[in-house]
Formats: sequence, C-alpha cells, structure tokens
Amino acid sequence: MTTATLSPLVPLDIPGPAVSQRLRHGVADVVSLTLRELLIWFRNPFFIFFSIVQPVMFTLLFRYVFGGAIPVSVHGGYVAYLMPGVIAQSAAFGSFGTAIALARQLQKGVIDRFRAMPMARSAVLLGRLVADTLRITVTVLVILGVGYGVGFRFQNGVVPGVVMLVLGVVLGITISTVSAFVGLAVKDEEAVSSFGLVWIFPLTFVSAAFVPVSSMPGWLQAFAANQPVTIVIEEMRALALGGPLVLHAWQSALWLAGIVAVFVPLAVRAYRRAS
Amino acid sequence: MTTAQRWEGPAIFVEDVYKSFGDVRALCGIDLVVERGKVLGLLGPNGAGKTTAVKILTTLLQPDRGRALVEGRDVVRSPAAVREIIGLAGQSAAIQEELTGRENLEIMGRLYHLDPDTRHRRAAELLERFDLLDAADRPTKGYSGGMQRRLDLALSLVSHPEVLFLDEPTTGLDPRSRLGMWEVIRELVARGATLLLTTQYLEEADELADEIVVIDHGKVIAAGTSEELKNRIGGDVLEFTVDERDRLGEVAETLRALSEAEPTIDAETGTLTLRVGEGGSRALVETVRRLDALGVHTEGLGVRRPSLDDVFLALTGHGAEEPADSPHGRRRAGRRA
Ligand SMILES: Nc1ncnc2c1ncn2[C@@H]1O[C@H](COP(=O)(O)OP(=O)(O)OP(=O)(O)O)[C@@H](O)[C@H]1O
Ligand SMILES: [Mg+2]
Repeated sequence: MTTATLSPLVPLDIPGPAVSQRLRHGVADVVSLTLRELLIWFRNPFFIFFSIVQPVMFTLLFRYVFGGAIPVSVHGGYVAYLMPGVIAQSAAFGSFGTAIALARQLQKGVIDRFRAMPMARSAVLLGRLVADTLRITVTVLVILGVGYGVGFRFQNGVVPGVVMLVLGVVLGITISTVSAFVGLAVKDEEAVSSFGLVWIFPLTFVSAAFVPVSSMPGWLQAFAANQPVTIVIEEMRALALGGPLVLHAWQSALWLAGIVAVFVPLAVRAYRRAS
Repeated sequence: MTTAQRWEGPAIFVEDVYKSFGDVRALCGIDLVVERGKVLGLLGPNGAGKTTAVKILTTLLQPDRGRALVEGRDVVRSPAAVREIIGLAGQSAAIQEELTGRENLEIMGRLYHLDPDTRHRRAAELLERFDLLDAADRPTKGYSGGMQRRLDLALSLVSHPEVLFLDEPTTGLDPRSRLGMWEVIRELVARGATLLLTTQYLEEADELADEIVVIDHGKVIAAGTSEELKNRIGGDVLEFTVDERDRLGEVAETLRALSEAEPTIDAETGTLTLRVGEGGSRALVETVRRLDALGVHTEGLGVRRPSLDDVFLALTGHGAEEPADSPHGRRRAGRRA
C-alpha cells in the first residue's frame, strides 16, 4: 500500500448545520422515535400485558379477592385505599418494557445504527422518554377508569385528583430512568428480563401500595415506611382522598428529583459507552 | 448534505490506528486506503479486529491513536460530517422485529428527514430491489435470516450513502441466500458506491472485493488484489483426500520432499495439501506413483491455483475460518470449495 505518500492529507473542515436547522431536525427526530417506540409497544403483546392487562388484573384482584381481608382506615374502604397504590405500582411496572426494549435494541445493533446516523445522540433517549410518558399516562387512565367502575371516587376534588394522576405518571417516568439505565448497562435482553428488574418487586410490594405498612413485621416496616414508592403513594392518597399534603410532598419531590439526578446521567453515560 | 469542498483523496483513509479494550488490543496500527467507487474486503478470523475497524470508521468508537478519514472527514473531529455520508449494516441485522419491513424503512426515511413522498417512494423502491415486496407488510419477526439481512442492507441505503460499511453481511446465511446477497452487493457497487466489507470467507472477498486486506490479531498481514495475494504463495497447490484417516501422517511423510512448505493436513476432512511450486504436473505424476506404492486410496487428486485459504494458511499458520485460539470455532460454509 501507498500509505506513506498519502500521509500529508489535510482533512476537510466541514461546518455543522446551523443551530436553527439542528433544532428543527432534533424535534423531528424525537417525534419520529416516539412514534416508533409507540408502534413497537402497540405491537408487542408482552408490553401490552405489562401496561394494560396486568394493571387491570391487579386492580380487580385486590379489589375483590384480597381486599376483603385487608383492613384499612380510610373513608371509602379498601378500594379508595387501593387505587393510588395500584396506579403507582403499575406505573413502575411498566418500565419493564423500557429496560427490555433498550437492551434488545442495543443487542441487535439498532442503537449502533442510530448512533452512526446524523441525528442528535440525545434524540433516542428523549424519544423513549416521551413515548414512556404517553404509555404510562394511558396505563394510569385505564386503571382510573376500571377504578371508577368498581367504586373508587376522588374525595378531594378534581384538581388534586388530576395532580395525583400526574404524580403517578412522574413516579413511573422516574422508575423508567432507573430501568433505562439497567437495560443499557446490562445490554442483554435475557439477563434484563430474568434478574435485571427484580428490584422493582420489593420497591412496589414492600410499600404502602396494597396494605398498610403497620401490618408488616417491624423490621420490614423500617424499609417500607421510608422508601420512595411509599412516600409518593402516601402523597397520592392524600391528594385523592384528602389529608395532610405538605410533608410527603416535599419528601416525594426530593426523592424523585434525587433518583432522576442520579440515574439520568448514568443512563446517558451507559448509552454513550454502549457500543 | 453536500458541501462546496471537494475531497481529492481516497474515500477511506486509515493511518496507524490503535484501539484497545482494557488489556485486549483489538487494533495495533492498522492502515487502509480505499479509492472512491472501489470495494475493500477486510478479511480476518474471529477476533481479528474487523468490527472494531468498522466501528471506528462509522464513529461508534474512537481510536486510541492514529487517524481515520471518510471522504476527507475526520471521524474524531467531525463525526457529524462523517455520519452524513455513510451507511452501516452491522454484524447483526439491526431491524425492529415488531415492525414490518416497510415500517422499518419508513422510519429510517423519517430519521433522514425525507419528505413523505420521497420516503414512501424510497421504501417501495428498496423493498422491490431487495425482493421483499411480498413480505413488506408483515412484521419482520417472521422473516428468514436472508430476508432480515436484505432488509438490514436496505435500511443502510435509505439515505443514498456515498460510503457503505457492511460488517459480515453474509455470516449465518445459507449458500443460496449468500449468492443472492452477493448479487445485491455487486449491483450496489456497479452504481458507484464505495464499499468496505468485512468477511471471514475468502471466497466472498475473492468474489466481491477489488482489493483485499487480511488482518489478524489487529494487524494487517497482507494486502493486494486477490490475484496478487495468490501469487504471493507462488506456484500451484496439489490437494487430495485420503479415506484412511489414520494413514494421513504416513502419506504426508512420504510426499514431504515434493512440497515447498510443510504439507498441511486437515484431519477432519482427511485432506492433504502440498505447495508444489511451478512443477505442478511433475509433482502430480510423482505423487500418484508414491501413493500407488503405498497402496493408499485417494479422492479428488489434482493440481490447482492457490485459493485465498492457502494464502491465509501460508501467512498466519492457521486457516482463515479457524480462529487461532479455538479449533472448534469453525464456520459452516466457505471451507475450501
Ligand atoms: N467492547 C469490547 N470490550 C472488550 N473487548 C472487545 C470489545 N469489542 C471487541 N473486543 C475484543 O477486541 C478484539 C477484536 O474484536 P472485533 O469484534 O473487532 O473482531 P472481529 O474481527 O469483528 O471478530 P468477529 O469475526 O468475531 O466478528 C476481540 O478480541 C474482542 O474480544
Ligand atoms: Mg465482527
């Protein structure tokens, strides 16, 4: 080869596109990738199961099967107690799909292909985030609909009720950032779906989602009462049913912001390195 | 996007590139030059560094040292400009299995900001060209391996890339799908794209590439046209198969004097290969005489021009499709034909 004689080649210096065009393309890319993720979600029975079937099943199971055996001291009975909990739990469980889809896309080289395209690197993660937000919103609304069918009512007015739903969605997105990190860091679909997400179970079940924390053994209460999902659920309950809002509002905000502040950079870093 | 600047140099230019992953030295000073409109076959066994080289050229990995230019654009300093003009089909088919073939293509068109008309037309055109029209509206989960590969290649062409990178485009395909893939690739090249293709199959490089670069353990060990590489080992190859495998050693011993290099034995297939230089017919007569004296029965005895496999063996001491470190890692197809 004739490499030696070619060495003095001076690379072209090509200016990037103007900021306005980059912005326009960036927005278009996020929209395209959001559509793509929603289409995938819609086609995949597994994802539908986690975001629609399973939440509805849980709502009905707890309402009619376990509910009778769980004494609660809120106005409106167990169904009033249950709904904020099942909304939070389902919003969190939906992030299974996030982790699995990301791991699969990495494994199959889909993400490498995107990264070799003239597209902002943040677009893939942003598209995911927007799609996740829409997906969780659908889940939350479906559960609310079922809840209303089985006797749940907002007892504290519509505005706090809507804020409660938004808080549920925000919790779901927050847990999704953790799942996204797991999916990108583990990079293996099998591993992600078999053990990568086990932490979601204690986080959602060892909480005040379905049963009062006071019914648990003392050693478990320490965790259950202070972990973020319980705190957010207590705030959601207060919003839906009435009660003191301020303390749990602060704690929720701190927890959610803290988790996002830790896991978004981790996920972005894992995404950058994943090749 | 086109720019006013013209690049007069080669389409792909790689100079002294190094890349390590921790202790693993994947590339140790690679040089590559590919002229515009030509096909470079990057040939090497498992772990040679082929994918690493492709990832560096497609801006997915940064080199530790050295530089790499694609159409004059530096992969480290102007990665965005590189991404504008390349197409990549990686080692596994990067398709979304829940989506149909058409949807996969349409979304790619969106991501390249084609207007809706152009996007639909391009998708239809590529589906037709890659013989996927019948399956266009079925989820790709149900596609055969060959169809997935073809769609994967189609996806990398949506933007009419000037330089195309195909990482082992036919690995895992059955012989018929492979031939189909070759045809598609030849057609692409006829349209003037510059192509860098990696492969573990000598035949494939021989068929498709204008120039072949052989790498092993992250180093270029030979480069040239397939003819040049074959000439490097000089002269003819005599080859035959022995039914009685246990006598292979004995036969090799008897014929050693006729070969310019140590005879190669493939115990699995019972094949013995001798490099007989320019005296092909004389060696043939002598071989028949000696085998007759031994009373060994052979099949397929003949003299031929060297294949790239012979070249690889001569250069590295191991076959192209046998990784140096794993005798069981042999690939299905592409063994000496
Ligand atoms: N991300 C990574 N982390 C650690 N080691 C890596 C990584 N990528 C590649 N390697 C190592 O670098 C070496 C070259 O790998 P590369 O994938 O480039 O080989 P290849 O020629 O493409 O092989 P194959 O034919 O198996 O695809 C191998 O030893 C491989 O194990
Ligand atoms: Mg490879």
